[in-house]
Amino acid sequence: MSEPRRTALDALHRALGATMTDFAGWDMPLRYASEREEHQAVRTRAGLFDLSHMGEIAVTGPQAGQALDHALVGHLSALAVGRARYTMVCAPDGGILDDLIVYRTGDQEYLVVANASNAQTVLDTLALRAAGFDAEVRDDRDAYALLAVQGPQAPAILASLTDADLDSLRYYAGLPGVVAGVPAMIARTGYTGEDGFELFVAPGDAEKLWQALTEAGAPHGLVPCGLSCRDTLRLEAGMPLYGHELTASVTPFDAGLGRVVKFDKPGDFVGREALLAAAARAAEVPPRTLVGLVAEGRRVPRAGFPVVDAAGAVIGEVTSGAPSPTLGVPIAMAYVDAAHTEQGTSGVAVDIRGSHEPHSVVALPFYKRAR
Amino acid sequence: MTINPEQLRYSKEHEWLDAAEDGVSTVGITSHAADALGDVVFVQLPEVGASVTAGESCGELESTKSVSELYSPVSGEVTEVNQDVADDPSLVNTAPFAGGWLFKVRVSGEAEELLSKAEYDAFIEG
Repeated sequence: MSEPRRTALDALHRALGATMTDFAGWDMPLRYASEREEHQAVRTRAGLFDLSHMGEIAVTGPQAGQALDHALVGHLSALAVGRARYTMVCAPDGGILDDLIVYRTGDQEYLVVANASNAQTVLDTLALRAAGFDAEVRDDRDAYALLAVQGPQAPAILASLTDADLDSLRYYAGLPGVVAGVPAMIARTGYTGEDGFELFVAPGDAEKLWQALTEAGAPHGLVPCGLSCRDTLRLEAGMPLYGHELTASVTPFDAGLGRVVKFDKPGDFVGREALLAAAARAAEVPPRTLVGLVAEGRRVPRAGFPVVDAAGAVIGEVTSGAPSPTLGVPIAMAYVDAAHTEQGTSGVAVDIRGSHEPHSVVALPFYKRAR
Repeated sequence: MTINPEQLRYSKEHEWLDAAEDGVSTVGITSHAADALGDVVFVQLPEVGASVTAGESCGELESTKSVSELYSPVSGEVTEVNQDVADDPSLVNTAPFAGGWLFKVRVSGEAEELLSKAEYDAFIEG
């Protein structure tokens, strides 16, 4: 077994007493103290995350936008400089290879951010699909550390450390700036359901930035946060996770995310034929639909558990489940047969180790912040 | 309820056992196990009157990220369960050697091989 990779903040995590976990080959902080308190800090104040395991890939050149239009399901050449887009890379058969955030960092420059577990696949796929375009695909995984400040206090904390115009930085946008003396790409993105920022910096600057954010955040109640609360935060916000809601065996249409596929963009793109067929299929016969489930008891539905109807017949499968710190009850996302997806459908249960525990069907997300 | 961790005996499944002179022992899980689980959100305890067997599952502990079996370190009959911890499972995290005890058992058979505090510390270090 190869040694897990460590981020530029590894020594800091250990000094803070983090419980570490292996995640996609990286040794990452799972939690520092109580994951529920970290979760509540992000919902009510602010949390600081090390996300340096995420995979950055730069795509540059005169045809960078066209190359991405061809390689991904989104229309990236139409993205304005400084904006970001949630998109996907699909296999020729339409299956999802990864979900991505793509930032347009310049007229001929894009930054693609892939999940850690898929970063190599995305890199290889982009390199292959960019062949024939006047564009370069560059592995920038070692070029960046990624820190995220998330929560209602995030703008105030960041504003105290930068002259960048955060007020005009919209959700899903990014701009270059200096934070605490450190050059950074400041992006208003995140994976928690809260307002917040993701800061792409040189690994050598990561510790300095972490310390500055910790100090500036202290009066605002900012705490360091691990991957455990990141997962419950994204689950409450109804955000899909690759390997759970999204896999190579589902298309964006099966995942209820068909809107990310832009058939009307110029040129051909990989997966187009299969995705057209998937769209037609989904329109005709509704596939299993991703819904929210709220437990009526206290046992927790987990990924892979069957969803059953009143007669005990299997009608779906849980993709993610956890106790919701915000709602105070266990929640789950599950793919469920179309006949059982209406809110208020009765008799739906999750088979939790042999016991059929009643659940309510709800619309996603479970939690939406007040704006 | 005050328990001195030094005087307890420990299973390799991370339960502690407080063996009292009247033959009714108290069972809980160690702070090491509670830390490893993370925030405990649900505890299923055996029922009063149930027979438990040393080394066999008699309940479950559910945390944010996972569910773990609760094993009994001894055989016998359950005489009492901690309703406080059923109502507030976080007691397992905040007071594993006090208010977070799990159940009491009238010991009938031999315990599985249990460890002293020093032996248990060495076991979790190892």
